[in-house]
Amino acid sequence: MNAILEMRGITKTFPGVKALDNVNITVKAGEIHALVGENGAGKSTLMKVLSGVYPHGSYSGEIVYEGQERRFSGIADSEKLGIIIIHQELALVPLLSIAENIFLGNEQAQFGVIDWSVAFAKTKDLLKLVGLKESPDELITNLGVGKQQLVEIAKALSKKVKLLILDEPTASLNEKDSDALLNLLLRFKEQGISSILISHKLNEISKVADSITVLRDGGTVETLDCRAESISEDRIIRGMVGRTMEDRYPKREPKIGETIFQVENWSAYHPLHSHMQVVKNVNLNIRRGEIVGIAGLMGAGRTEFAMSLFGRSYGQNISGRVSLHGKEIDVSTVEKAVSNGIAYATEDRKTYGLVLAEDIRKNVTLAHLEGVSKNLVIDDIQELAVANDYRSKMRIRCSNVFQEAVNLSGGNQQKVVLSKWLFSDPEILILDEPTRGIDVGAKYEIYTIINRLADAGKGVLMISSEMPELLGMCDRIYVMNEGSLIAELDIAEASQEKIMHAIVKSGRR
Amino acid sequence: MDTRTADEIQVPQQKTSWMEFVKTHFRDYGMLLSLLVIMLFFQVVTDGTLLRPLNLTNLVLQNSYIVIMALGMLLVIVAGHIDLSVGSIVGFVGGLAAMMMVRWGFDPVTTTIACLIVGGMIGAAQGYWVAYFKVPSFIVTLAGMLVFKGLTLALLGGMSVGPFPVGFQRLSSGFIPDMFGGEGFNYTALFLGVASVAAIIYFSFRSRANQLKHAVETAPFGLFLFKNALLAVLVVAFCYLMATYRGLPNVLVIMAVLIALYAFVTNRTTIGRRIYALGGNEKAAKLSGIKTERLTFLTFVNMGVLAGLAGLIFAARLNTATPKAGLGFELDVIAAVFIGGASATGGVGKVTGAVIGAFVMGVMNNGMSILGIGIDYQQVIKGLVLLAAVSLDVYNRKK
Repeated sequence: MNAILEMRGITKTFPGVKALDNVNITVKAGEIHALVGENGAGKSTLMKVLSGVYPHGSYSGEIVYEGQERRFSGIADSEKLGIIIIHQELALVPLLSIAENIFLGNEQAQFGVIDWSVAFAKTKDLLKLVGLKESPDELITNLGVGKQQLVEIAKALSKKVKLLILDEPTASLNEKDSDALLNLLLRFKEQGISSILISHKLNEISKVADSITVLRDGGTVETLDCRAESISEDRIIRGMVGRTMEDRYPKREPKIGETIFQVENWSAYHPLHSHMQVVKNVNLNIRRGEIVGIAGLMGAGRTEFAMSLFGRSYGQNISGRVSLHGKEIDVSTVEKAVSNGIAYATEDRKTYGLVLAEDIRKNVTLAHLEGVSKNLVIDDIQELAVANDYRSKMRIRCSNVFQEAVNLSGGNQQKVVLSKWLFSDPEILILDEPTRGIDVGAKYEIYTIINRLADAGKGVLMISSEMPELLGMCDRIYVMNEGSLIAELDIAEASQEKIMHAIVKSGRR
Repeated sequence: MDTRTADEIQVPQQKTSWMEFVKTHFRDYGMLLSLLVIMLFFQVVTDGTLLRPLNLTNLVLQNSYIVIMALGMLLVIVAGHIDLSVGSIVGFVGGLAAMMMVRWGFDPVTTTIACLIVGGMIGAAQGYWVAYFKVPSFIVTLAGMLVFKGLTLALLGGMSVGPFPVGFQRLSSGFIPDMFGGEGFNYTALFLGVASVAAIIYFSFRSRANQLKHAVETAPFGLFLFKNALLAVLVVAFCYLMATYRGLPNVLVIMAVLIALYAFVTNRTTIGRRIYALGGNEKAAKLSGIKTERLTFLTFVNMGVLAGLAGLIFAARLNTATPKAGLGFELDVIAAVFIGGASATGGVGKVTGAVIGAFVMGVMNNGMSILGIGIDYQQVIKGLVLLAAVSLDVYNRKK
C-alpha cells in the first residue's frame, strides 16, 4: 500500500524546549493511524507542523504528502490538499447555525451572495453522512459536545478531506457517542479516507487502528502494525511510558470511617429555564477515607449537581441541606463552601480551573491566599515555597513555577488545579472528570494523589464518564440519570453492566 | 514517567547571564528605556530646555493628575473593564469644589474630603451597574461621561468659578518648604531625594538577600547594582535640579506616595492578586472563591476617588473651575495605561508601566509644545505613538 503521508526527521524547538526531536511517521493510504503518547510527548505539536499552523521554516525535516514534498505556510495550504484537522477544542461559532458553521469560510456563494438553499441541502447530506438528525439551522450552542464533534467532522467532509486528523475526539464523549464516532471512522476508511487518530483511550485505539505510532518525550519510539498481530493495551502502554504498568489503578487498602458528609434533598433548576429541574432531590453521603463515584451519561446532571453544591455556581432555586461532621454548613457562596471545607476541581480546567496567563505559583495559591499572606500582604517567599512544594509533591513537570499555566500540558495543568484545591485543605474534595484528556502515566499519578487524600481521612467525590476508572478507584458508586440518583452500588457488586443496566432501566420508566 | 525523588526536582540555583536576563526581562525595562530615549531626544532638540528646573517642575504639575488617574485606570483595565467617564468626573468634582469654597463658603479641608467622597460615590454608582448588573463598562461609563459633563455645566451655570483660597491653591502650586533654610537652594528636596534613594536601595538589597536565601532566580549581581545605581543617580539628579528651583511640589509628593502605595497593593497584597485573577479568567476566579462582583465594584469606587483627587488638583492648578475642565483626559489616561503594557483583555499590566506611559505622553506633550508644534500635529503624533507602542508590545508577546 502506498503512503499518503511521510514526515521525516521533524524537529521543532520552542525557546528552551525541544518539542519534537527527529520524529518520523508514515501514514499509508486508507488506514487509520493512531498517534499515542503521554501528555507533552509532542502529538499536538506534530499535527500542528503537519497542518501548517507552524509554517515551513519554523521546523526542520520534511513532509511528503501524496508523493511530493510540501511546504505549508498556513492551514489554508494544507486544507487545500485535503488535510483537515479537528482540534481537541472545537472551533465552532456557538451562535451560528450548523449550516453556517459548516460552510464558514467556504460559503456557497456567487459574487458574495450566499445561496442558502444550496447550503442547506448540502448540509443535510453531510449530516446524514455523519449520522446527525438535527436540522441545518439549529444553533451550535443547542447541541451537546458529541453532536458538535460530528458537526466538525461534517465540516471536514465538506472540504473534500483525504487525510482527517482527530485530536482527542472522544475525550468529552460518552461511550455511545464514542462508538458512533469510531464507526464513522471505519466507514471513512472504506471510502479511502485516511485518518490520524490521537487518543488516550487505548481500548478505542485497539478497536479501530491499523497501525500505531508511539511518541515519547518528543521522539518516535516505535510504530506498531496492528494488522500483522493484535496489539494489547499493555503493549501500547509499555511503549508510551517506557516500562510495563502493572496495574492501571494504584492499590489501596480503604480505611473507611464514620459518615462525614451528607447532602439531603438537593435540588436545582436550570439557570435560564426556571421550570426545568436539573438536579432532583439528591441524597448522598461520604464517609471518612472513602472515594465515592458518580457514574452517568453525559448530561445526566452530575456536573450541575456538583457546581450547584459548590457555592451555587450553577442554576437557580437551589434547595437542600449539606452537613459536614453532622453539622449543617453554609455553602451558599464559593467562599463559604471553601472555608467550610469543600473543594471542587472542575471538569473544564481551561475555562473554570486556571488563570492561564498567570504562572503556576499564582494559580496554586489563588483559592487560599490567606495561607500565604499576613494582614492582606502576600509573603512571596512563603508563596514560592508552597508552589515548589506542590510542584515536587504532585510532580508537575515544568521548568520552574514561574511558567505560565497556558504552556503546560493537560496533565500538568490538571495537577496545578488539584494543587490549588489541596492547598485550600478541604475535608471533602469533589473531582469532576479528574483525568479527562490526560495520558496514562499522568492518570496513574493523579489516581495516586486521590488515594493519598482518602488515606489522609478526607472524603472524595469523583465524577467520571469512564466507568473502568470509577470501578478501579471508588469504594462506592452512585448512578445518576436525568438529575436523580437512581442506584447506589457497593464496589464489590458494581460492574459496567450493572451501571448501564440501571441507567437504561430508569430511562425506560 | 518521572522517577526522580522530590529533592532532585527542586529548583536548581539558576545562573543567568546578563544578556539572557535582559532578553527575558526586556518588556520590564523596554518601556523605561523608551521614556529615557524620548527625554534625551527632546532634551537635545529643545537645546536643554526640557530638563531645566522650571520646566521639570511644570512637567510634574502638568502630568500629576494624569498619573494619579492612570493608577486607578490600571486596576480597572486589569480587571477587564474601562472607564471613559474620568475626564467628566475631573470637571464635575473641580466644579463642585469651586462652588463649595467660592460660593458656599466651605473651608478647603472640608471641601477636599467631601469631593473625594463624591468621587467615590460616582465610581460606586457606575461600578454598581458594571459589577452587579453586568452592563458593559464601556457603555456605563460612556453614559457617565455624558451625565457628568452635563452636570458640570449645570452646576457651574456655564461659567468659570474662582479664584480659590490660598490654602487650596497650595495643593497644586505649593512646594515643600525648606527646613534647613537654604538660600536659593532647597536642601529639603535634596534630603528627601537621598532619603528615598536610601530606602529604595535598602529594600531592594533586602529582597535580593531574601531571594538568594530561597534560591529564587535573581538578576545578575552586576545588573542589579547597575539598575540601583542608575535609579539612585536619576532620583538624586532630579531632586538636585528641583532643589535649585523651588524644591519639591506638594503634588509630586502626593503622587510619589500614591505610586508606591499602588505598586505595593498590586504586587504584594491579596486584593491586588485577586484583581489580576479576575481580569485573567473571571470564571476561574469566581470558582476559586473570589467575590468577583464586589472586586469589580471596588475598582470603580477606587477609580472614582482618584478621579476626584485629580479634579481637585487640576482645579487648584488653574485656580478656577471651568465647564471644559477635564475634557478628553480619559483618552490620555487610557493611552498611558496601554502604552505602559496593559492588555485590553484584562489580567495584564503594571503600575510602573502605567506611570511610565503617563510620562511618555507628558514628555511628548511638553517637548512638542516647547518646539512650537501645533496642537493639531501633537495629537497626530501622540496617536501614532500609542499605536506603535501597543503594536510593538503585541509583537513582542507573540514572539
